[in-house]
Amino acid sequence: MTILKVTGLTKRFGATDVLRGIDLEVARGERIAILGASGSGKSTLLRCLNFMERPGGGTIALDGEILGREGRTAERIYRESELIQVRQRVGMVFQQFNLFPHMTAIGNVMEGLRTVRGMPKPEAEARAAKELARVGLAEKADTYPAHLSGGQKQRVAIARALAMDPEMLLFDEPTSALDPELVGEVLAVILALAEEGRTMLLVTHELGFAYHVATRIIFLADGAIHEQGTPDEVLKNPKKERTRAFLASHKQFSF
Amino acid sequence: MRWDFASVFDNTDALLVGAAGTLRIFAICLVLGLSLGLLVGLGRYSRNRWIHIPATVFVEFFRNTPVLVQILWFYFALPILLPFQISPLVAASLGISLNSAAFSAEIYRGGIQSIETGQWDGARALGMRWGQAMRRIILPQALKRMLPALTNRAIEIFKMSTLASAVAYVELLQQGKLIASLNYNPIEAYTAVAVIFFVFLWPLVQFSYFLERRLRRDE
Repeated sequence: MTILKVTGLTKRFGATDVLRGIDLEVARGERIAILGASGSGKSTLLRCLNFMERPGGGTIALDGEILGREGRTAERIYRESELIQVRQRVGMVFQQFNLFPHMTAIGNVMEGLRTVRGMPKPEAEARAAKELARVGLAEKADTYPAHLSGGQKQRVAIARALAMDPEMLLFDEPTSALDPELVGEVLAVILALAEEGRTMLLVTHELGFAYHVATRIIFLADGAIHEQGTPDEVLKNPKKERTRAFLASHKQFSF
Repeated sequence: MRWDFASVFDNTDALLVGAAGTLRIFAICLVLGLSLGLLVGLGRYSRNRWIHIPATVFVEFFRNTPVLVQILWFYFALPILLPFQISPLVAASLGISLNSAAFSAEIYRGGIQSIETGQWDGARALGMRWGQAMRRIILPQALKRMLPALTNRAIEIFKMSTLASAVAYVELLQQGKLIASLNYNPIEAYTAVAVIFFVFLWPLVQFSYFLERRLRRDE
């Protein structure tokens, strides 16, 4: 069953075409890893899906419902209230965590429930504690982000996104800002979510992880889908030359 | 020369009345100036030009005219345009508050702009509206960074209150002038006024240091 359908998505920043017509269908329970060189548009694609960036052209449909309405240009017109609904249904985890530094770990996780959902404090607190426990940080509930390691910060950020009960999760290079020894703990949490059957899109440079966690791999080049398929197809037997070159450069120093 | 503070102490009650007047206009201008400044600062930050342009005009106008001139203008010129009289307190409060609003608006704008865009991303990704993100995420962090500048503003407002004496509002300097003219002791009278200001302001500055330390506890 399709949860998200993207048709002809484009985006330009100034004179640069970052996305040149992306078509993408995501079924419930699918886990898609998006790969590509820097500047290929993979982060922008992800950020368009929960409207952190407004799409330039094309349509995005959530549960069969096309968002926004047609305007005079190719760019559709979106109501803020509509986008707020979408963002609650599509959670996002950022490369730089973007935790709120003036709130404790549990305060961060509760914030969406309290402010956006208007949930009473005891209820929100209980829910937030549950999410922190899920990412293995129950004992850090009252710690401020400044006193957490990068890996712990990212796990709090994941708990914060999960607390909103999103139907789909977007991970924007969740381990790129981490010291190598902290990458594992974050990937373990994401893997556990994958095993629960959650729908997720993941921009990553961790090819090995993408191979294990994803049900589908998309290779992006120059703002378009260059090649896609199962992890075995794309990562082990890439058909296109650019995919092969990309994979080769990433495996250059493997042993 | 001989210092003669006895003639000042004889007029303690006049100084107390003056101190009360200073505190009253300070409180009014602090609240009005800093809250109006927040509104104007948010306006300066707005992308809507119908909000942005008037806010900018306001800031530029009040930043580039002297407070003393504004107070005199509100006291002498405004009543000609309006059908009612304006008291010295209202004229002085208007001048000082609007001037402080213009200056603090720039502090607010700078403070808000100094917050990383990632914080907006984090708030919006949870489904927050602009106002929610501003109130819950951006302003609390920005206020912490702005606190030293806002404290300076408060100190400035306290000292600007002496300008109200130009329209004969009863405050410390006005009472100091009165005592000086009664007893021909300007040196003692103005020394006493200066000391009283220091006694008020020094704890205020200490309090701001305390606040800054408290706000830093999440680091």
